[in-house]
Amino acid sequence: MFEIFGIPSGALFGQLLIGLINGSFYALLSLGLAVIFGMLNIINFSHGAQYMLGAFVAYLILQYSGIGYWPALIIAPLVVGLLGVIIERVFLQWLYKLDHLYGLLLTFGLALIIEGIVRNKFGSAGLPYTMPESLRGGQNLGFMFLPNYRAWVIVASLAICISTWFVIERTRLGAYLRAATENPTLVRAFGINVPVMITLTYGFGVALAAFAGVMAAPIYNVSPQMGSELIIVVFAVVVIGGMGSILGAIVTGFGLGVVEGLTKVFFPEASNTVIFVIMAIVLLVRPAGLFGRRA
Amino acid sequence: MKKTLGLAALTAFLLSGAAHAQQVTVKVGVLSDMSSLYSDIGGAGSVAAAKLAIADFTKANPNVKVELVSGDHQNKPDVGSQIANQWYDVDKVDAIIDVPNSGVALAVSQISATKNKAFVVSGAAASDLSGAKCNANTIHWTYDTWMLANGTGKAIVKTGGDSWFFLTSDYAFGHALERDTMAAVEKNGGKVVGKVRHPLNTNDFSSFLLQAQSSKAKIVGLANAGGDTINAIKAGAEFGLVKGGQKFAGLLVFASDVNALGLATAQGLTLTGTWYWDMNDANRAWTKRWQAERNAAGKFPTMVQAGVYSGLTHYLKSVAALKSGADGKAVVAEMKKTPTDDVLFGKGTVRADGRKVHPAYLLEVKAPGESKHPGDFYHVRATIPADEAFRPVAEGNCPLAKS
Repeated sequence: MFEIFGIPSGALFGQLLIGLINGSFYALLSLGLAVIFGMLNIINFSHGAQYMLGAFVAYLILQYSGIGYWPALIIAPLVVGLLGVIIERVFLQWLYKLDHLYGLLLTFGLALIIEGIVRNKFGSAGLPYTMPESLRGGQNLGFMFLPNYRAWVIVASLAICISTWFVIERTRLGAYLRAATENPTLVRAFGINVPVMITLTYGFGVALAAFAGVMAAPIYNVSPQMGSELIIVVFAVVVIGGMGSILGAIVTGFGLGVVEGLTKVFFPEASNTVIFVIMAIVLLVRPAGLFGRRA
Repeated sequence: MKKTLGLAALTAFLLSGAAHAQQVTVKVGVLSDMSSLYSDIGGAGSVAAAKLAIADFTKANPNVKVELVSGDHQNKPDVGSQIANQWYDVDKVDAIIDVPNSGVALAVSQISATKNKAFVVSGAAASDLSGAKCNANTIHWTYDTWMLANGTGKAIVKTGGDSWFFLTSDYAFGHALERDTMAAVEKNGGKVVGKVRHPLNTNDFSSFLLQAQSSKAKIVGLANAGGDTINAIKAGAEFGLVKGGQKFAGLLVFASDVNALGLATAQGLTLTGTWYWDMNDANRAWTKRWQAERNAAGKFPTMVQAGVYSGLTHYLKSVAALKSGADGKAVVAEMKKTPTDDVLFGKGTVRADGRKVHPAYLLEVKAPGESKHPGDFYHVRATIPADEAFRPVAEGNCPLAKS
């Protein structure tokens, strides 16, 4: 087997694949953020808390009613999405006309409150969530052992990302949505109920976060702080991709997963900094992000 | 006869008068992480343990009155220092106890020495607290990095795990744990084939595990704690690390971490601890009381929380003996002079360098089938006697122990 920069190529392929898997999570989460920012102009800082809630709902329904992983993939996003709808109706709808900062502060505060409540109830150490039987085990790819669950993560994430992109960019519904953000008054004049559409969009974005949370539950520690650890990175991904750009969020999500994976081989100490270095460079060269349109 | 009675009455009068005059009041503060990642290890559970210690002690010694305060250092040395200063200067606190997070503990240790108060560490791990950075006001009670490294490292090398790969948390605690474990492994004839230092709070360990797998080391040593340890072990189970013939060595694992992993994932993990709630009847009985005090039936006390009970009990004994808690150095000297004895840690001693010594236990996480009741986490595989469990005084470079 040949070597690249002193690393056996097999190990390198393994790391690339792992980067892609982590990128799947970044893509799923940044997708939700991009949808919310693109359609509502809200910087949703409670996204991490909503991701965490997804994992906790999955844990709770397994614990108390024996509902397993597969139904949880549907139920948890619905429950948390509904919570999102309530948040939008009660709080966010009053903020659209104000500066971005207000939405950011509100959602940040909500994130702290949600996290605090969960920590108070369940403690900080985390809770166990077992992997579904059908996804255990893995394949030996020759250069690495690929757990079945990780393969499923890539497939599911790609499917969700592509269909979301398709709905928003290529269908009539998506066209309404985009039109409603450009000029809500005009779209309402055509007889479309814009506030309901906006509410549902926020609910959908939040549901995406919860979906990622359920996906994460079997492989990461289910703890109250799991979201806040991830959310900063995901924001960096969104900024690099271009705020509000759906395609940008997806592509940079996967791309930065790979970059981070490679950093873990060559310079592990920097692996949680590298994304921010890239962010700084991108902001210097292209302030609107790689895929962003200049305002 | 009349004379004898009179004498007895006089004696009784004098005694009660003396007891009344010797009413001792002391104020202690539990400084811990109340709201973040270490709050299950210490936190409200440490406060509950302190309350139990006070209740037990004042029942036997009604002339001692103990006040308790608690605070949240948020894992920030500056916040911890500020609370310690305020407690000592304004609130007239005589002693601080617990303080998980070595960074905060080292800061509080300094302040306690400057202000001549007593500091009993239960939650923090860095062996420097009774080593190069020891002082006459600090006692390191429950465990330290040297003890963890030596207990787990030595036991594993002796059972054939002679090649190691380290996953190390990239800050002072991780480096200390890695350094101490490497020394223990090499001293016992093992070798270290590689290591990788990961940032604190790493979410995904799969990349590092792949590196550990390709190193072909028999043992993957986890020189990290809390969420990092949990995530590493979870990913290890998924990537077939254990099935491939490698084993994890958790260098700092608490009962709360095992609970978070679930036995199915954690089974077979070897670790070292100084206290386990299900080891004997005394511990079990105390755990019931702790759960009632903490109002958490499903939670199990960690060694840190048990250490708060034990350490505070010994502190109060010394205060009662001196009839005052005002002079921190004198109380700590008294604590070192008298042997320790309590229901949780049994008999022990406090050394000149401030290190409390007691036996340590090599524990192995049970398989789900072997666990008979909630919290039935470990097999006790070996007992490391007190004189072997902790770093010899001479190797610690503590200035106090040299004179």
